[in-house]
Amino acid sequence: MIRVEDIRVTFNAGSAMETIALHDLQLTIPAGEFVTVIGSNGAGKSTLLNVIAGETRCDSGRILIEETDVTGWSTARRSALVARVFQDPMAGICENLTLEENLALASSRGCRRGLAYAVDYDRLDEFQQKIAQLGLGLDTRLNDRMGLLSGGQRQAVSLMMATINPMKILLLDEHTAALDPKTAAFVMALTDRIVRELSLTTLMVTHSMRQALDHGDRTVMLHEGRVVLDVSGNERRRMKVEELLHMFEQIRGRELDDDKLLLG
Amino acid sequence: MSLIAFLGAIEAGLLFGLVALGVFISFRILDFPDLTVDGSLPLGAATAATLIVSGVDPYLATLAAMFAGALAGLVTALLNVRLGILHLLASILTMISLHSINLRVMGKPNQALLGEATVFTPFEGLGLPFYALTPVCLLVLLVLVVWLVNRFLTSEIGLGMRATGANPRMAAAQGIETGRMKMLGIALSNGLVGLAGALFAQIQGGADITMGVGVIVVGLAAVILGEAVLSTRTILLAAIGCVFGSILYRLAVAFALNAEVLGLQAQDLKLITALLVVLAMSLPTLRRRWHNARTRR
Repeated sequence: MIRVEDIRVTFNAGSAMETIALHDLQLTIPAGEFVTVIGSNGAGKSTLLNVIAGETRCDSGRILIEETDVTGWSTARRSALVARVFQDPMAGICENLTLEENLALASSRGCRRGLAYAVDYDRLDEFQQKIAQLGLGLDTRLNDRMGLLSGGQRQAVSLMMATINPMKILLLDEHTAALDPKTAAFVMALTDRIVRELSLTTLMVTHSMRQALDHGDRTVMLHEGRVVLDVSGNERRRMKVEELLHMFEQIRGRELDDDKLLLG
Repeated sequence: MSLIAFLGAIEAGLLFGLVALGVFISFRILDFPDLTVDGSLPLGAATAATLIVSGVDPYLATLAAMFAGALAGLVTALLNVRLGILHLLASILTMISLHSINLRVMGKPNQALLGEATVFTPFEGLGLPFYALTPVCLLVLLVLVVWLVNRFLTSEIGLGMRATGANPRMAAAQGIETGRMKMLGIALSNGLVGLAGALFAQIQGGADITMGVGVIVVGLAAVILGEAVLSTRTILLAAIGCVFGSILYRLAVAFALNAEVLGLQAQDLKLITALLVVLAMSLPTLRRRWHNARTRR
């Protein structure tokens, strides 16, 4: 279980540019739940993910993962509990390292690193199997540099890397936003499969209302650093994208001037 | 070129291969432009020379020089990681501090090692001619060091270090303490340079406060030359390339100085080195511009 308690994050504190990114935000995610997060630009979606991952420090509040207070922990220390897939297909991998080296890095997440060879033969078989499961034909390319892979392949591998070791929460930061629609659908289907198979507690940020309602068990809408909508169960199942959009407009108090959210 | 001049170039090439490996770790693996080496090479030399003169075993003195170099690197990394000083500036600050420290270590601008036993003394009985002894010893040492560098960089910690340089955000997300990795890597890098300094002092018969000037450029030249002649596909190839590049660089310099038509002298060495690095580093840009100009026509 993840508990985000009264988290406040202020950017450019004390200057004329001061903005409150997260406004005493509260969110509890029970173990095994898949939560999707929507909201306009600047609503605090990415900041929420960064705070949970430890990249952004909060001014006040606490973050608890399974009753452990991790508020003061560094990103590296939290990595045993938190796994993440980034939006940018370059961000989650090392392009100059080979596929197997990237997997080796990921398979040491949450473990103590020593002086043993990073890629050993026992693990090679395991890596090959995992990569073969993606169905992208990458299992014969373990020695290729990661930079040679396409954006979609990289995101699929990033997802595999994030889930190769156990974690308490999986953070997905608009991980299909940089992909073409067909590849995005493939990565999303893969996400659903992995999350279900491993029954992972997941927090997925998305720009697409369609994606937010079609995937996961619960949808949370953020606005100006607060949770303004939290739907799950039957209410969510019956909800249509248009309704969600209508609520979104009401909350924002004005007509949306672009239809990106509806079409995305 | 005479055999002695040739072996001299090989000897210097092998010795500065250690510097090249150090520069490879900082510049290439960690993406940390570290100029500390200009200070840690004379630090290694001064430490070893002073200890040997005061009666310490040359092997222990050399080990101490390595530690001194590593400590200097650690200071640079700490200035950057803990105090947030820009890496380049942090290394320059350590470098100039080392100038004073090196003078303190020796108590004077230079320390001669005439007639003292060195790490090479035990091998004198092997029957090798005097001019071949140090190159052979250095070759054995370099084979060992290249193996160790490769072994380390392909280990779990080493892979973490490579990720730290390549993508620090991803590295942190995978549980790598990137700050600690920088400290370890820059210390290791300067430890190798300190070792080079200690051996340099024992080969040329003393330490001198000015012996570090431009060492970073020589090391960088070797790394770049190595990349030009050998593939960097694997860490082992890249590490061998550093030593190879260093030897090539020395041979080129020896050739240039020996070719009387060019009229070059020993004092032109640093200028030649700088020009060589400028040329090597601008080649990709020049090639692209040339290519663009041709395709536009």
